[in-house]
Amino acid sequence: MEILTELYPIETIRDDFPILHQDVNGKPLIYFDNAATTQKPFQVVEALTHYYLDINANIHRGIHTLAEKSTAEFEATRKEVRKFLNASSTDEIIFTKGVTDGINLVANGFAKSILKPGDEVVISAMEHHSNIVPWQMACEQTGAILKVVPINDQGEFLFEEYSKLLNEKTKIVSIVHVSNALGTINPAKEIITKAHSMGIPVLLDGAQSSSHLDIDVQDLDCDFFALSAHKVYGPTGVGVLYGKREWLDKLPPYQGGGEMIKEVTFTKTTFNELPYKFEAGTPNIGGVVAFKAALEYINQIGKASIAVYEDELLSYATEQLLAISGLRIIGTAKEKISVASFVIEGIHHQDLGVILDQQGVAVRTGHHCTQPLMNRLGILGTTRASFAMYNTKEEIDQFIIALNKAVKMLR
Amino acid sequence: MTINEIQDQIIEEFELFDDWTDKYEYIIEMGKKLPDLDAEFKIDENKIKGCQSNVWLTSEIKDSKLNFFADSDAVIVKGLVSMLIRVLSGHSPDDIANADLYFIDKIGMTQHLAQTRSNGLLSMVKQMKFYGLAYKAKMSKD
Repeated sequence: MEILTELYPIETIRDDFPILHQDVNGKPLIYFDNAATTQKPFQVVEALTHYYLDINANIHRGIHTLAEKSTAEFEATRKEVRKFLNASSTDEIIFTKGVTDGINLVANGFAKSILKPGDEVVISAMEHHSNIVPWQMACEQTGAILKVVPINDQGEFLFEEYSKLLNEKTKIVSIVHVSNALGTINPAKEIITKAHSMGIPVLLDGAQSSSHLDIDVQDLDCDFFALSAHKVYGPTGVGVLYGKREWLDKLPPYQGGGEMIKEVTFTKTTFNELPYKFEAGTPNIGGVVAFKAALEYINQIGKASIAVYEDELLSYATEQLLAISGLRIIGTAKEKISVASFVIEGIHHQDLGVILDQQGVAVRTGHHCTQPLMNRLGILGTTRASFAMYNTKEEIDQFIIALNKAVKMLR
Repeated sequence: MTINEIQDQIIEEFELFDDWTDKYEYIIEMGKKLPDLDAEFKIDENKIKGCQSNVWLTSEIKDSKLNFFADSDAVIVKGLVSMLIRVLSGHSPDDIANADLYFIDKIGMTQHLAQTRSNGLLSMVKQMKFYGLAYKAKMSKD
């Protein structure tokens, strides 16, 4: 299987990521834990440094020059994110701390103003805890009921079962776009069309999809979309919640404080308009500014090229992995992103992770914050290799050598 | 032998290893040799908190000495646990409660005691010392 390396600027890309060029336990680092967090190109680090060295000032409030500069750069990221998601307006782009924060914002809003006893919230059996627990809490608070769409043994969303679950009591469907543990790409458009046919809004957890797939929130027609910057080559502590204006207007504020207000007195406070209504307090300004550099970096290479390249890495890795006796790939959906989760008969994933680490290989082992999914699949956890734009076929070769050595030691 | 004498013996054994492969193969071998716990002891009450692997620990006092029995579904953890048992089992609760487990660092296994929630080894050590304290208190009351 040949990778189109002649066209893909892999050497230039790898040069842009300084952290990749180090040794771990005396071996070159092979970073295959990108689904947990991605590494950052030096351009992002420089943008963060520039923020603190040159323009740091609190945003939206000051009239002095630094405040205007930092506000302009902060809002420039908002514009860039609007383009990245093809949202119709920057008013629909809310900065959060990440996907978990964004989902909590929506779940809280629904709990406060929409959910009544007996109402239903629909999620799937493959969700990350961040798209389970906020809804469990919301249901507990309001007497609403959580319904779960089942999956098949390949880790695919069962659309027929999903359709059966929807009824007049369903108030929201909240589904992961791409599974972090399995790599499964869910049929988001169909899920949304179906829900909308019954007047039900849909939140898409875009934590994994936003770096691998082209996201067009208008085309998807999702009502909410959450992403985390640190999974898209940006800094931690920054995220985006996209929401259709009609929905963001409907939901009450999530956190109270400065910035999200229009006027404050002790008898009454009025709230600011979108998007500031949901941006209480001083945000991670430097992180938001640096995030723009990450989006620009991706656009410069092209999401489509990155997707093709990552697809080839996945095919190559899968082929090599299946050659190992006793190895079973977990998550064999027809549509997947570059995540390869697996178990090996008779070997515990923690032991594999430790021996791989001794050889410089960074993978994730365990339940991947998807305990219900692991239960459904009848396993305690997996070893997960997840690839990004800077990984290579050579790294996969080294990984397979290291994995074979680990298997030999542990069997 | 005292707790520290056993620790020093282990440190000496590990000094013979040239590279990480030999070291881990030895630990894995110890893990495979440690007898499995009977199913009746693999209950929630005996489970040590650790995210990634299941670890069970139980203890028994005999002739004023505290003995430990443990098991894990991850073999490297089992190997490290078997060393802990070798060091601590068969000593007085007081000695166990006060033990300073320096051998783990000296054999280069400190990262397995790390604070990440992905391993139960730190909790295991705490639990063994806790048993020491608990039995010590019980014995001084009796």
